[in-house]
Order: sequence, then C-alpha cells, then structure tokens
Amino acid sequence: MNLLTVEDMAASYGASQALFEVKLSLAPGEVLALMGRNGMGKTTTVRAICRLINSTGRLELAGRNLHKLPSHRVARLGLGLVPEGRRCFNNLTVRENLVAAARPGDWTLRKVGALFPWLLERPGQRADSLSGGEQQMLAIGRALMTNPRLLILDEATEGLAPLIRQEIWSAIARLKRESGMAIIVIDKSLHELGGISDHAVILERGKTVWQGRMAELSPEISHKYLGV
Amino acid sequence: MIGERYVNGAVLIGLIALPLWALSADEVFTITLTTRAAILALAAVGLNIALGIGGMVSFGHAVFFGLGGYAMGILAFHAQTFSPLDFGLFALPGTKSMPVIWLVATVVSAFAAWIIGLLSLRTAGVYFIMITLAFGQMFFYFAISWGAYGGEDGLSIYVRNSFVGLDTLMPIQFFGLCFALLCLALLLQWRLRRSPFGLALNAARQSTERVQSVGLNPRQLKLLAFVISGAITGVAGALFADLNRFVSPTMFSWQLSGELIILTIIGGVGRLMGPVIGAAIFITLEHWLGGLTDFWHVWLGTILLAIVLFWRGGVIGLLTGKEGPHV
Repeated sequence: MNLLTVEDMAASYGASQALFEVKLSLAPGEVLALMGRNGMGKTTTVRAICRLINSTGRLELAGRNLHKLPSHRVARLGLGLVPEGRRCFNNLTVRENLVAAARPGDWTLRKVGALFPWLLERPGQRADSLSGGEQQMLAIGRALMTNPRLLILDEATEGLAPLIRQEIWSAIARLKRESGMAIIVIDKSLHELGGISDHAVILERGKTVWQGRMAELSPEISHKYLGV
Repeated sequence: MIGERYVNGAVLIGLIALPLWALSADEVFTITLTTRAAILALAAVGLNIALGIGGMVSFGHAVFFGLGGYAMGILAFHAQTFSPLDFGLFALPGTKSMPVIWLVATVVSAFAAWIIGLLSLRTAGVYFIMITLAFGQMFFYFAISWGAYGGEDGLSIYVRNSFVGLDTLMPIQFFGLCFALLCLALLLQWRLRRSPFGLALNAARQSTERVQSVGLNPRQLKLLAFVISGAITGVAGALFADLNRFVSPTMFSWQLSGELIILTIIGGVGRLMGPVIGAAIFITLEHWLGGLTDFWHVWLGTILLAIVLFWRGGVIGLLTGKEGPHV
C-alpha cells in the first residue's frame, strides 16, 4: 500500500493555475526525487501535499483523504516539511526550535543530536545567528522532532557550501538507511539525487511528465526536462 | 549595560521597598499609588502574554478589566444590600470574600476572552485591533445602559472586601495582596514563555505557516494565550474596583485599553518586568506631571514616541542594551 498517493492534483494561486495534473506515489521507506526546472511547480506541489494551499484531485496519506484536513492535522498524521529557504523560528534558540516542534515518538533531542551533533553543542544559540548550513540542519532536525512518516525536503542544500551540502546529503542517506522513513527530496543536483533516490517524478509546467525508477532516468529525458 | 535579571530584581525590590518606606513615614497616599501601580502592572502582565508572546495587539483588554471590576462590584453590591443575585431559574447570594470574587472574575473574564478570541482570531493585524476595540465599545455602552448596577454613574461599594486573616482596609495589607497576585502572575508568565506552549506561541507569532507545518494549530495556541491573558487582566480589574471601592463603565473604556498597551510598550513588550516598569512610570507621570499640568498626557505621548522611535525594547531594553526579549 502506498504511503502517499497524489493523482490529478491541480492548484492555483488566485486566478493563476500553477498545477494541472500532478501524479506521484510513494511507498513506506522509499525516497522520491521530485524534479523539474525552476517554476515548474515542485514547491507548489509539496505545499499542496502539506495542505498549505488548497488543491483538487486525489491526495491521500496512508489511505486517508487529506483534503478535508487543515495543514496542522496533516502534519500530525506524520508529514514533516523542511520548507524552502531554511525557515527556522528565528528568535528561538536551537533547543527551543526543536522543543517547540516536538511530538511523541522515536525522534528525540538526543536522536536529532546524534544526526547533527553540533545542535546539542550550542543549544542556547539563537537561530538567526546561525550560518545558512546550520539553519538548514536545524530545520531538518525540527521536522524530525515531529516524528514524521514522510519527510519532505524542499531545496535543502540550496545556496550552501559544498562541505555543508555533503553533510546534509550524508544525513539524508543515513535517514534512509536507518529510519525507514519515506522521503521526498527536491533538489537541483541530479548527481546527488541519483545516489539516494529510489524513484523520480519530473514536473513540467505543473504536470507530471515522467515518473519511474531513478535508474531508468535516461540522459535524453533529463536533458529534455531538466536541461542537464 | 545591566543584566536583565538584575533589573528585574531591582524593580521587585523597589516595588516592595517603596510602600514599606511609606508605611514608616506615614505616607498612606504613596502606598495607595504603589498599589495602583501593582494592579495596573498585573493587568498589563495579562496583556503582555497576548501582545508580547503571542503578538496579538488587543485594543480591547479593558473588557476583561471591566468584567473583573463588575464581577467584584455586583457580588459586593448584593452582599451589602443582602439581596440575592437573581438568574431567573436560580439565585445566588452576593459575597465579600476576595478569593471568591477573584475566582468569579477569572472565570467570567476567561469566558469572555474565549468568546472574543474565537471571533477576533479569525482576523489578524489591523482587523484584529479593530474587532477587539469594537468588543470593548460594546461592553462600555452596555455598562452605561445597565441601570441595575449604576449605569453611567457606576456603582459604589461601601466596605472593602475581606480576605481571611487580613485587615484589607489597611493599605499596606491590601498592597501585600495585590503584590502577591502580581508575583504569581509574573511567575506564570515566566514559566509560560519557557514552556513548550510558550515556545510554540512565540513561533506562531513569527510564522503561522511554519507552525502549522510542525503540527501545531496557531489559532488554538493564540486562543489559549488570549484566554489566560484575559483572566489575569480580569483579576486586576477586581482588585482595581476593590482599591477604589467603585466600578464604572470607564473600566471598559478604549482609553484604558490604550493605556495598558502604552505602559507595556514603555516598560518593554514581551519582557518579564516590562509591564511593572511601565506601570510604575505611568503612575509616577500621572501623579507627578498630573500635579503640574493638566496636559501631562502630552509628555506621556512624547516618551512613548521616543521609545517607539529609538528604544524599541522599552525601558528594559534601554537598561539592558537588548532590543528584544529572548523568549
């Protein structure tokens, strides 16, 4: 049984339609790469999945229709989002960011600290005084503290130094290996996505134009839809 | 610059020391002024939870202050006239017991805050301000037209209410009660802003969407904070009515809501002792400048302007060198 099922999803910002026919599905423990060029609807798709914007079509998490639920209830069902742009709670400390989001489950301060050790080394530092990479790790840690069944990472390595990017990719790989958590990753690095993802979905102008196993993604397809 | 905890300690010590000095110097009026400052500070601590932690600019907190006042006034009125409070299906006797009055003031104010919050928190920003102001005006005009309890003239209570083991007519003892309740409210505010609830509320102030995406309902968080805030301000209203032995519709006025906001801003929004410092400055200016000129509000406005423009952390921010509170 799929953990997440999205079929014929459509969504608009006012009069401007951003999604037309998005389809994707994900089984527990799988990693899905959501790809597409800029402005093709990747972030809008995850915002619609998280019910941060309204959408139509089929949207189910573990067989449960999400359309009638407000976004906080969707998150409580086990959907953790690391939003684009490393959005931490800026005037809270590292520890407070994590505590504010904590829900019962396996992921505790200690376990998040094992994934990103520096988080517990500087628990009293304010989030707005952290570097970009540290803020990103904190945002991931905060999403994990909600004990999600499905973690969505929207451009988690965007604008970060190569070493920090590597650290974040290692953490995602470790999550896949050790937690059994399903993950949707949005990123521009095809190389990194290829190394970690089981499946891929490509969006073009708000539509799913390709989906399949990551290993089946041919250079022709990636050139046609991703420009690489 | 001075550490905030030293400033907080000094403020509390000052608030105790002043009436004790006044007692030894037989300056009863100073004790009454300090009591008034403590009560206003208590009301503003309530507001500070909504405004400082939750980011809700309530221009209607006088509703809860007035409800607390009228809870005291009505209960005491029925006690002194030996007439029951008739609810149609049943009747209750009045009371002059302060703890009972505080309990009623808390429940009534909390219930009103729940209803007002349910409706007001559907909006944000200037609309929230306007809706809370509108509620304030509704209660104000209702109190004016409520002839059974004095209408526009208000309601006088001839004897101060009682507290077991204390002579509440002694100004210093009544101050002690007010100070104790203020300390309790400060302790609650301090605990609350460090609790997971307080952290989530603070996060909700920063970003509704981010809070939702971690499974928290920002409206519920804000509503609970608004209810706690209203309840504290209600207790302050009951004390204020007891201090003056008088309640009137002015306790519901928008000017009072504005004064609570002003003194919170002057002291430092979101700071633990911000409301206490703000209330102390407000009462000092009202008494000292008010004795010099009828236009003392002009000077109050000038101070407010300076703080908003140059010292956004209020007086505490100025003393500690930190603009914002760490919550």
